[in-house]
Amino acid sequence: MDITIHTTFLPHDDPDASVAFYRDVLGFEVRNDVGQGKMRWITVGPAGQPGTSILLAPPAADPGVTEDERRTITEMMAKGTYGWILLATPDLDGVFEKVQARDAEVVQEPTEQPYGIRDCAFRDPAGNLVRIQQLR
Amino acid sequence: MCHPSWGRARLAAQRLDQLARLRRVRDRIEREYARPLDVLALARAVDLPPGQLSRQFTLAYAASPYACLMRRRRKRATALLRRGDRGLDGVRQAVGCPSPRAFDIRLAEPAVGRGGSGDEPAGV
Repeated sequence: MDITIHTTFLPHDDPDASVAFYRDVLGFEVRNDVGQGKMRWITVGPAGQPGTSILLAPPAADPGVTEDERRTITEMMAKGTYGWILLATPDLDGVFEKVQARDAEVVQEPTEQPYGIRDCAFRDPAGNLVRIQQLR
Repeated sequence: MCHPSWGRARLAAQRLDQLARLRRVRDRIEREYARPLDVLALARAVDLPPGQLSRQFTLAYAASPYACLMRRRRKRATALLRRGDRGLDGVRQAVGCPSPRAFDIRLAEPAVGRGGSGDEPAGV
């Protein structure tokens, strides 16, 4: 079987703020942008890697999600325990400096982890944890 | 006359705003664990009364800000000790733990925190 990991999703609560973070701070390209208001589905990804995307999507848009579930999801997003993603770069310190210079919320400065990676972490505007590790 | 749903929406927005402040406190603990942190400074930075911060934080994360800080320090101290290039004193300095005796005891505990522990300083 020939299967690639094509698109993963992260929730947003303010589409413009999330696009600004992934496009202007991380330097991703915007590949698609559909819907309006808070109900927008925005596809972003790193330039030169068209095969891998992140879909920034409204949380709990499935009509099968109950009101209680919707509230739980939005509260978990606000308190930072819902969405997360692991990214990687050959130049961790360079990326960290650039992202920090754009006033992104730093969660962790570049640190050698006991499980064998070196990484840093930021919050995106929706409260998702974005970890970036050094490619070795 | 306000529609009742407006009041509910306002309450929900306030709740999310408060949770986002708690998240910033938790992230600051994660980021600045090696510095001296106290609940007054943490609360001031997010514009919440210290007592309210402690209560709401504990409700949101099932651990007080102090327990969260000590868990973070313990986790880092364990990693540094495993790496083996620093003695206990050096590790203690590196993770910003002000109280050697308390920290030695805490290091021996399981890495997973117990939530609010009974020996926390009052008000933290």
